[in-house]
Amino acid sequence: MPVSGDARPANVERLLEDIRTQFRKLRRETVRLMEVCGTHTMSIARAGLKSLLPEGLKLVSGPGCPVCVTPTGTIDAACELARRDDVVITTFGDMMRVPGSRTTLEGVKAAGADVRVVYSPLKSMEIAAATPGRTVVFLGVGFETTAPAIARLIQAAAQAGTANMAVLPANKLIPPALRVIASDPELRVDGFLLPGHVSVIIGAEPYRFLADEFRRPSVITGFEPEDVLEATAMILEQMLLGNAEVQNQYKRVVHPEGNPEARRRLDEVFRTADASWRGFGVIPGSGLVVRDAFARWDAVRRFDIRIAPEEPETGCLCGDVLKGKVNPRDCPLFGTRCTPASAVGPCMVSSEGACAASFRFEQ
Amino acid sequence: MMNPNDPSERITMSHGGGGKLAHELIVRELLPVLADEELAELGDSAVVDGAERLAFTTDSFVVKPIFFPGGDIGRLAVCGTVNDLAVAGAQPLYLSLAMILEEGLPIEDLRRIVRSAKAAAREAGVRIVCGDTKVVDHGSADGMYLTTSGIGRLPVAKRLSPRNIRPGDAVLVSGTLGDHSIAVLSAREGIEFRTDVTSDVQPLNDLAQKLLSTAEVRCMRDPTRGGLAGILNELAESAGVAIELDEKSIPVTEAVRAACDVLGLDPIFAANEGKLVAIVSPQTAESALQALRSHPRGKNGAIIGRVEKDRPGRVTIRTAPGGRRIVDMPVGEQLPRIC
Amino acid sequence: MCLAVPARIIELDGARATVEVPGNRFSADVSLVPAVKLGDYVLVHAGFAIERYRPEDAEEILRLHEDMENAG
Repeated sequence: MPVSGDARPANVERLLEDIRTQFRKLRRETVRLMEVCGTHTMSIARAGLKSLLPEGLKLVSGPGCPVCVTPTGTIDAACELARRDDVVITTFGDMMRVPGSRTTLEGVKAAGADVRVVYSPLKSMEIAAATPGRTVVFLGVGFETTAPAIARLIQAAAQAGTANMAVLPANKLIPPALRVIASDPELRVDGFLLPGHVSVIIGAEPYRFLADEFRRPSVITGFEPEDVLEATAMILEQMLLGNAEVQNQYKRVVHPEGNPEARRRLDEVFRTADASWRGFGVIPGSGLVVRDAFARWDAVRRFDIRIAPEEPETGCLCGDVLKGKVNPRDCPLFGTRCTPASAVGPCMVSSEGACAASFRFEQ
Repeated sequence: MMNPNDPSERITMSHGGGGKLAHELIVRELLPVLADEELAELGDSAVVDGAERLAFTTDSFVVKPIFFPGGDIGRLAVCGTVNDLAVAGAQPLYLSLAMILEEGLPIEDLRRIVRSAKAAAREAGVRIVCGDTKVVDHGSADGMYLTTSGIGRLPVAKRLSPRNIRPGDAVLVSGTLGDHSIAVLSAREGIEFRTDVTSDVQPLNDLAQKLLSTAEVRCMRDPTRGGLAGILNELAESAGVAIELDEKSIPVTEAVRAACDVLGLDPIFAANEGKLVAIVSPQTAESALQALRSHPRGKNGAIIGRVEKDRPGRVTIRTAPGGRRIVDMPVGEQLPRIC
Repeated sequence: MCLAVPARIIELDGARATVEVPGNRFSADVSLVPAVKLGDYVLVHAGFAIERYRPEDAEEILRLHEDMENAG
């Protein structure tokens, strides 16, 4: 059992037995469940869970990898800033090898740019204090799990009056992307495994439309193998009963109302705006931009950044993979032109991207 | 004139100039600590007694920071090269030590590193018989870079090689994974945290010899950069076999696992500096395990997998929940992640 | 995109805390969970506590950690 987990003592074999029984009772040849969190993609792949599920019960990856869906234009903007002598870029490690249109943050670092990997966004404040002649720009990616921390970073800078720090905002929101997925008539997804840690922040309410408008069962899911299996069993149970609700499997840390304090801070610093997702195009109300009150710490305004519109890659099927329409291995570029070592599209870039996970973990 | 009692004394470009100051540095700081007759000759080459069959290896060390919990670059440089000889089945004899020092390095740091290198050499039973020092501009070299080359004597008639590996062979590891990586990471800027984990850096020649005399060993490796996964992928490829691991058998300390969970790292890709991986015949797997466990440097040894024949070149793992997945070759350095 | 782990608060000073996972201690900002006290378990993501565990759920984590130590 993983040490990290606050995993329930639930028994893997018992859960698998439940799943097999329910799947049989459903009498469906194929059932497709979508998870929309890169950490779920990874967790499922690492545990080899797909090899344990009955034939016909498919787990599909949706656009839950914020690294994967960060547009090329944002990476290009970050690389451009990095090249300036008066800028230090701070970023989560995940972003270092994401390809822009020409290079990566790792690439510009190799060429002499000051790019530093941090674990916490707040480290940017320390670095700003140590580099008074330069501006530290933090590349703010992530979903609702991470956005409140970035809001707090901006608030901390405002409180301390730190002039030489800014954020390049690239955070995205999950519910609008779920709406795009659910409203696609071509899409065949029977139920959703909802991102547990996003839900810690936003609670259960924002997902209600999946049940009310689209009649899809969904379950807020934790990240241990037992959590994923239990949530899968819960969705199958709903399907058997003909229900469509939002359930919470991750009760030990997700409260139905989410984290109001985190949301309050988010709301104080950011407002929602339309945002471009790699492979998806623009999704209305799915991104966060810095409010006017905090404009001083918004790198977009500070440096007058213009993000170029997305250019789709030739032959790359990431968009369809992210929508769960095709499997990674159906893409003509998979394993040939596109591998983890030389990724074409975002799904291969991030180690948690559907294509990378498939390449690394599955046969 | 250098003042040995000045605590703020630092390396300057003049120390690398080959002149009076450079000579003084060698005579005052290096020779007494490294304490070797041949080294003290300060000839252009060391002259040593040889052997019929030699193993010869070299490695450079650029670890940052140069001091980390459980060790430093000096100890690392000696053990790294000793271990490369050890896993080839050789008995390490002589090491060279080339140092590239950064201008501005405190001399006290140099002293500590050299003392540590000598202590490691004594532990391993090797002699440091020749060396070199250069100084580079401030801003290069992260304090210092070291290169060690090593010569060892090969007593075994048969050569250890991936070619010896056959389906059915057992895969063993001599102890816990990921300790060195986490120890170094905890000291690195940007990600500081306090950890109980210390680097596992240690010489393995004695352990390797014990294993060789107890079991039928096909091949050994030390899982440094790229970790266990990197090494096994290389072996599977070279030998044209498949390897299946058992996740539950892979030894990882609780502290390493917890740190990896926080940072999004995987212990099987993490670097180790005091562990060896051995492929042995199935008949001698148990005695190999006992040989490891009864040695102080192998006490957490374990059998972690088996060589198979289907799908050559592929490494897979049976996961804790009972599933199966591929263990791929790592791409580049593992970076802490939040996703 | 949600690597987060449970950790225990072992030092607390306003918004800054030191949190502990087995064998390691990290800094964490607790401004997103203002009601925390010393000894509480929190969920930590990117150096931030994003939620507090209730005592009954925290007990389960403790028990699991003990099981791991005994098994290992």
